[in-house]
Order: sequence, then C-alpha cells, then structure tokens
Amino acid sequence: MNTKILKKYFNEMYADNGAVREIYKHYGHWLKDLPEGTLKRKNAEAKLLFRRLGVTFAVYGETDDTERLIPFDIVPRIFGATEWQRLELGLKQRVRALNAFMHDIYHDKEIIKAGVISAHQVLDNAQYRPEMQGVDLPNQVYAHIAGIDLVRVAKNDFYVLEDNLRTPSGVSYMLENRKTMMRLFPELFAKHTVEPVEHYPQMLLNTLREAAPPNVAYPVIVVMTPGSYNSAYFEHAYLASQMGVELVEGQDLFVHQQKVYMHTTEGPQQVHVIYRRVDDDFIDPRVFRPDSTLGVPGLMDAYCSGNVALANGVGTGVADDKSTYLFVPEMIRFYLGETPLLSNVPTWRLSEPEDLKYVLAHLPELVIKEVQGSGGYGMLVGPTSSQAEIEAYKQRILEEPAKFIAQPTLALSGCPTLVDSGVAPRHVDLRPFVLSGKEVRIVPGGLTRVALNEGSLVVNSSQGGGTKDTWVLED
Amino acid sequence: MLSRTAENLFWMARHIERAENTARVLDVAHRTSLMPLDIEGTQAYLWYAPLNITGCADGYEVKYGLAKADTVTHYMALDPDNPASIYSCLRLARENARTVRGAITSEMWEVINDTWLELNRLPRQMDTEKFQAFFDWVKNRSHLFRGVTLGTIIKDIGLNFIKLGTFLERADNTARILDVKYHILLPSLTDVGGAADYYQWGSLLKSVSAFEAYQKIYRDVISPQRVSELLIFRDDMPRSLHACMNEVEAALIDISGHSGHEARRIVGIQHAALHFGRIEDAFREGLHEYLTGFLENTALLSKEIRDAYLSRHDRLLNP
Repeated sequence: MNTKILKKYFNEMYADNGAVREIYKHYGHWLKDLPEGTLKRKNAEAKLLFRRLGVTFAVYGETDDTERLIPFDIVPRIFGATEWQRLELGLKQRVRALNAFMHDIYHDKEIIKAGVISAHQVLDNAQYRPEMQGVDLPNQVYAHIAGIDLVRVAKNDFYVLEDNLRTPSGVSYMLENRKTMMRLFPELFAKHTVEPVEHYPQMLLNTLREAAPPNVAYPVIVVMTPGSYNSAYFEHAYLASQMGVELVEGQDLFVHQQKVYMHTTEGPQQVHVIYRRVDDDFIDPRVFRPDSTLGVPGLMDAYCSGNVALANGVGTGVADDKSTYLFVPEMIRFYLGETPLLSNVPTWRLSEPEDLKYVLAHLPELVIKEVQGSGGYGMLVGPTSSQAEIEAYKQRILEEPAKFIAQPTLALSGCPTLVDSGVAPRHVDLRPFVLSGKEVRIVPGGLTRVALNEGSLVVNSSQGGGTKDTWVLED
Repeated sequence: MLSRTAENLFWMARHIERAENTARVLDVAHRTSLMPLDIEGTQAYLWYAPLNITGCADGYEVKYGLAKADTVTHYMALDPDNPASIYSCLRLARENARTVRGAITSEMWEVINDTWLELNRLPRQMDTEKFQAFFDWVKNRSHLFRGVTLGTIIKDIGLNFIKLGTFLERADNTARILDVKYHILLPSLTDVGGAADYYQWGSLLKSVSAFEAYQKIYRDVISPQRVSELLIFRDDMPRSLHACMNEVEAALIDISGHSGHEARRIVGIQHAALHFGRIEDAFREGLHEYLTGFLENTALLSKEIRDAYLSRHDRLLNP
C-alpha cells in the first residue's frame, strides 16, 4: 500500500509540534491520567450495550450474521463552538440553495434559462422526475432532511464530499453514541459543556409538522420503512418511537379518493405526513417500479393532489447526484446571491473528454466514484489500490465514462481512535443533519464516521467504518 | 394502533407463551419417564403425548418415525425445522418484537433479544440434565418477559393485544394438555386415589404449576375429576380455562371500538359457560367432547379477533 499521502494530514487532537490542541485540552488531560486498560474495558462495555439494545446494521451481501454492529469508537471527535458556527452557516446556506434549485427545476427552470446549468444535465438525469413538474410543496421544501458529508483537510479547510438528499441515514447512531458516551463517561460530561443533540427527534417532528399540507391543524405523521430487513430498520423504528408516531410499511397504507389512510385497530385513519425511508423508485407501483411491494398504489396521486406530504419529497435525487454536485456553488450564487461558505472538492467529470484524458493518466492518485453510487460501494481509491484493481476499474470507466466522476485523494483529517495497539489516529469525516421546514435547523454535531483500518480513507459502515460521538464545546 | 402492530404484539406474546408451555410439557414428560410405568405402550406412548399436545406429531413422524425421548425432546426444544419448537417460538417472538420495537419498551426488547442471543449460545445437543435446566430457563425467561411487560409498558390498547395473545395461547394449551393426558391416563380411572393417579395426575398438575394449588384447595387425594375442575372451572387458578377467559374477555372489552362485536359475543358466551358450568356436566358430556368444543370455540374467537383488528383488508371501502 502506498502510504505517501497519509504522512501529511490534519490531526484533530494534536498540533504539528505534538501539543494537544486547545479544544482537546481537558480531554487530553483526562486521557493521560486514565489507568491502563480502562478504555479497552469501557469499549467492551459499549459493545455489550449496543448489542443488547439491538443497535444493529444489516450489511448487504453478507449471508451469515447479517445483523452486525457498527463499530463504535469511544474517543470523541471535538469541535469548538466558533468553528462549528462557521460550518453551520455554510450548511444552512447550501441546503437552502439546493431546495431552491429543486423548486426551480420542477417549476420555471430559471437556472437552465440563465445558462448556469444545462438542460441536459437536469432533464436527462435518470433521477429527474417529470411527474413533479408544477407540483407545489409546502414551504417549497424538497429535502426536509439532508445529510451533508464533510471532510476536513486543514484547520479551517472543510470540503463538502457529497449532499445526501434522498433518505440519508445515520442520525440514530449520532443519538445512541451520545447516550452511550454519557453512560460510560459521566465524569467527562461533568468536565465539559457539550452541546446537546438529544432533541433531534423533537426538531425532526417540528420539521415534519411544518411539511404538512396547509389547513391541516393536527397532522397525523408516520415514518415509513421498507421493513425490518432493511439495513437502516433500527433507525426507522428508533425515530418513530422517539417522535411518538407510527412506524408503517407500505402494506399498512392505502389510498382512497386521493387521500392516504393507514389500517388501524380502530379502522382507517388518514395520514398527512409520511417521513418515508423508501426510495422514489419503490413508493408507488402505479407510477414508478411496478414490481415494488414496498410502496402504496396511488400514493403519487395523493401526493401531487397535495393531500399528503412526503419527506423527503419526490425527485430530490437529481440534486444530490455526483454530477450535479459540481454546480452547487453556482446555485448558491444564483439563488441566494451569496458567496459559498463551504467548498466543493475539485471534481472531474469523465463525460468531458478533456477530464477523462487527465483522469485516465492519473488514476493511481485519484478517487473515482460512480455518479449514482452511494454507501462507498463501487468506488476506487487510487493510492490504496493495487495495479490490478486500477486496471480493472479502468475497463469499467472506458465502458461508460459518463457514469463516473473523479476527485483528488483528500488527506482526510485524523482523529485519535481506540485500536488494538492503543489510541492511534484514524481518518474521519462528518455527516451533520440539516432539517428544513419553515426554517432551517441543525443540532450541533452530527455523525463522525471513522475508517478503522490504518491508512484507509473509506469511512462507510458497509466498508469497515465505525462511528464516534461528535462534541461541540464552548470555546 | 396499526393493525400490523397489534398483530405483531399479539403473536409476540403468543410465541413466548407457547415456548413456555412447550417447556412445561417436555419437562413433565421427562419427569414422568423417570417413573415406573404401568400403562400400555410404554415409552413411545408416553412420548407421543407432547407431540400431540403441541400439534407437531406429523412433522416429527416424517423426520424421525417412532417417538423416542431424545429425538422428541430435541425436535420440540431445539429443532429450527420445527416451526413449533421452543427455538422457533423464541425466534419468531423476537422477529415480532423487532418489527414493533417502537410499540414495546426497551426493557421488553432487551429481554426478548437477550433470550434469543443466549439461546444461540447454548449447545445444540444436550443430555437430560441439561435439558431440565434448559426448561427452567425457558420458563424463567417467559416469567421475566411477563414481569417486564407489566412493569414497564403503558396500559393502552397494545397491552390488551399482548394479553389476548398470552391468554388465548395459555387456554389453548391447558385444554390440550388436559385432553391428551386424559386419554393416556384413562386406564387408571378405575383406580381412583391410587399411586398411579398420584404420580400421573400429579405430574399433569405440575406441568401447569397447579400441584400446590390442588393441595391447598382440595386437601385430598388426587382425582381426575377434581384435577379437571381445577384446570377448567376454578377462576383463581392462573392457568385454568376460566381464568384465561376472564383475561381475554376483559382485554376485548377494553379494546372495544367499532369492530369486534362478534369476538366480544363469543367470548361472553364462553366465559359465562365457564363461570356457571359444573364439572359433573362436563364429565357427563364426556371430557374429550367438552374440551374439543372449547378448542373449536377458541379457534373461532381467534379468527374473529384477526378479522376485526389484525387483518388489513380495506375496511373503508368494504365497511
């Protein structure tokens, strides 16, 4: 493995001269004074807690033991209040622009007319839903819940890696991680003023209420899951119970005269807001995939009539696509008239001959991703791949270059992590969750994902990644 | 409450109760097999009883043929291929619980999940001694589940569906145990009060935790008629048919609502019959016939409950 790129990266806890950064000062002291073996013992305790609570994650393609724990790391990742505020502003700005973009492309398409983005890029995108043309959504919000993946490469340098606007997951881990940390290390929380995240479900509930069709005074809200075999089922159930709303499957719902009802022991009950964790393709067999058994026939009809709200809205995929990603800074300028606060990673589009030529010549240095891919599946990390892997991937690119984008291999920041040999730095990213209703809201923090294998830059849980509690502290 | 949620709560409770009952039946079969038998047919005859009670005789015969202690025990306790085995019941209970995690408390989930995880750590093969400990464990987990449920869950409609599942299953089981055992023990009817009665009927009583209750209530030798009375008509005996139907009726009245008239009517009649019935009349009718009638009625009741609350046919469009 080529470790050249790993020599230089931003360490979250230690400055270059080896001193503990100011924000980690208290934690550093505490860690230094900790008796030998305590962390490992606490780690075992944490594992037991998670297993008993059933905080599990199903990994696609694994035949045995499909319910796996996502490894939880007990060393927190810490932000200062000031640096967090900057991130928060940038995130809110970005999500506002993305929602404005989606409203625009499903209505007047000003951004296309202005020549900022091509009609081909938007309208020919497989995720563009012509069914949504002219459909008015409350507050003009499409992505009520957005998970924006950030990476840090220097003290003040953050990049947005991708915007997740369909059914972003992971927030239950953010909440459970905090709960577990407080149970394991109450003394740390006594010493630090950690900004709370536990009110996320309340915030989500408010956001969903605001998404309800106008003139419904007491909206009935449900969480819709594909079922208990879905990889994020735990999270669906968790959020439903935290918000005190029903967790439904497609089979629990039906549509009658363009209104959605659920089957209850009291008879049918009308539903006004569906926080659905089912992809567009599967929500209505009459409109999208006819073979879907997860959806509700007639749901799109009810939705387009304005009798039920879906969160997230239909057709958000066109905006979080990796080739649309390129245009987000432009969207911010176009819709908000502001300068983007968060940067994009420089990206090559392999549909462009010039870009393709450059990328093919530099594969060992780059990260290549599928435009439609997610979850870390089907990507190539040049510097950590073998010659054979690179060659095989090259063949895939050549078959259909437009399916791919390339980015420089970023030196993701490293955060101290408990591994077999003790506490050592591992690369991390951050997924904060941005909620959009009448206003845009964020809980301070998010889900820090950590690549547990030494040198690895892939943080996805399906690829050997773990998670950490994320703290925002008073400066 | 969502019909599907109610359905899963109902079956979660039913599967736990079924696991406990199967453990009880097997436990007693093991104890009985240690005693000298003076009944015809011996071993095979004895080991068909647990299969008949739990309704898995057919599946067993296909796989093993003649009923033998070790194979019957394994088949009913640990065989994943047997949908009625303790193993399968605990697996299904966990699946039900997992599907409705939001509708049960975390403590309930932890008990069910822990039970399943522990079960999977147990050896696949056990000798008699280990099995005795295993049956106790299953009973304890079921007790724990019930205790945690009553101690933590909000007293709403969900609890009523849990109760329905528990007590319908228990009534069903008590009726079956009595019916099957009565068949086996019939030869000793002439010898009322003899040693055989003491052990055989005594073991039946133990299987439903009623041995001590019997002594307390009757303070007399064990007779088939009194055992039957205790397990059918006494409402102070927690596993009797009468006690179970008390709970089922109360739960159905509590659930109330627009649907379920027929279920409430059936359970009302059944409950009244147990409340005012006499063991002499049941014996005159024939105990087997009486119990068969009860089981048919329970099946009908289960169907009505399913149709009224648990199924998801479109009631708006077909009122």
